[in-house]
Amino acid sequence: MKTTLQFGPVLAAWDRLLEGAWLTLQLSLACMAAGFAIGTLCAFAATFGRTTAARLVRVYVEAIRNTPFLIQLFLIFFGLPSLGVALDPVSAALVGMSVNCGAYVTEIVRAGILSVPQGQVEAARALALRTSLVIRHVVLVPALRQAAPALGGQFILVMLGSSVVSTISAEELTARGHILETETFRPFEVYIVVALIYVALAFGLKLLFAGLEHAALARGGRR
Amino acid sequence: MIRSFGQAEFLYLLAAARWTVALSLIGFAGGAALGLVLAVMRTSASKWLRGLAVAWIALFQCVPLLMLLFLVFFGLALYGRDQNPYIAVTIALSLYAGAYLGEIWRGAIQAVPKGQTEGAKALGLHRGQTMRLVVLPQAVRLAIPPTVGFLVQLVKNTSLASIIGFAELTQASQFVNNLTFRPIPVYLTAAAIYFALCFPLTWSAGRLERRLLSRVGGATRG
Repeated sequence: MKTTLQFGPVLAAWDRLLEGAWLTLQLSLACMAAGFAIGTLCAFAATFGRTTAARLVRVYVEAIRNTPFLIQLFLIFFGLPSLGVALDPVSAALVGMSVNCGAYVTEIVRAGILSVPQGQVEAARALALRTSLVIRHVVLVPALRQAAPALGGQFILVMLGSSVVSTISAEELTARGHILETETFRPFEVYIVVALIYVALAFGLKLLFAGLEHAALARGGRR
Repeated sequence: MIRSFGQAEFLYLLAAARWTVALSLIGFAGGAALGLVLAVMRTSASKWLRGLAVAWIALFQCVPLLMLLFLVFFGLALYGRDQNPYIAVTIALSLYAGAYLGEIWRGAIQAVPKGQTEGAKALGLHRGQTMRLVVLPQAVRLAIPPTVGFLVQLVKNTSLASIIGFAELTQASQFVNNLTFRPIPVYLTAAAIYFALCFPLTWSAGRLERRLLSRVGGATRG
């Protein structure tokens, strides 16, 4: 069977696809920030906190990392309403993605913290630095510098994974693709264009993280 | 009538989990074949082969798996095939796994000390023999922990097959939820089954990695 690809009807709706891409980007950036905050706190709790806190973090991390994001999303979107907490699709996506991202960030930052030599912390203590200063300058900054490449990679996975929230009809890029598909009956062309937008977003984020990492290194000096 | 979530429903979910396992194994087999080719290309002497592998991996690591599934699913239909989710899922998971495994294995191949290759060359082994007899056996040891870690991602990501209508564990749980209207127990059960599949893998990946690190670290860090 001979078929010709027709991108015309798809490209005619470029403004709606861009809107979707914008929501994807906003969702991803918000969840990267939230996931980063959750993950850093949990990593500190896991390394310096009491045993109970460390155990709770362990349970959180393992529960999230060993179950599919899709199931986590269903629990939040379909499960929470039966407990009296109804979230609209975008909020459910925000919560789900942040909680999911946080677990991975915890592991990455924890590895970064563990890579800070113990002697460095002891030296800072010996110099009578306040605990808050030790945590900030002696542990956190070097740990994050160590973790930066892995964090960048994880954040790109967060952006790519956000396509899954289309299943609970949060109107991001993939969901816009679905709508366009039912209007144009050109699914293959629609998803080619959508996939290329994802590739562009991923490359854009890669450049952004590389730039940020470079700027941070230039400011902080290489170790 | 609304069914309750009982033993029959639980067994139904458990039975659907075998498709999750099957999909993971199929995706791993396809991904391993593709990944090995990519890793060898990526470390070959030819600039063109290296460039092709780099571009391939970069492209496929930047496309969401869900898009790959849709593209293969609708692409096969476009070329006169039936909309068969089995074939579509197999191809898409293999493409996805291949890109990641290719990158993991490239790292493992490149981590084998250069002196090994030089030594093999000095002994008169040609390129193929060097790869097969000297580099790959050592690279495999380095590659096992991250490969097992990636398997966890693969098992979890088979859940996306439900979106194009493949009746694996996630779709079965959606189905049971539609009959029982008990989302929390149903999806928690599905999550527990996934956890039972993934946690042993996560655990052994961590253990293997620590063992490898202590062995390699002991030698180099002293």
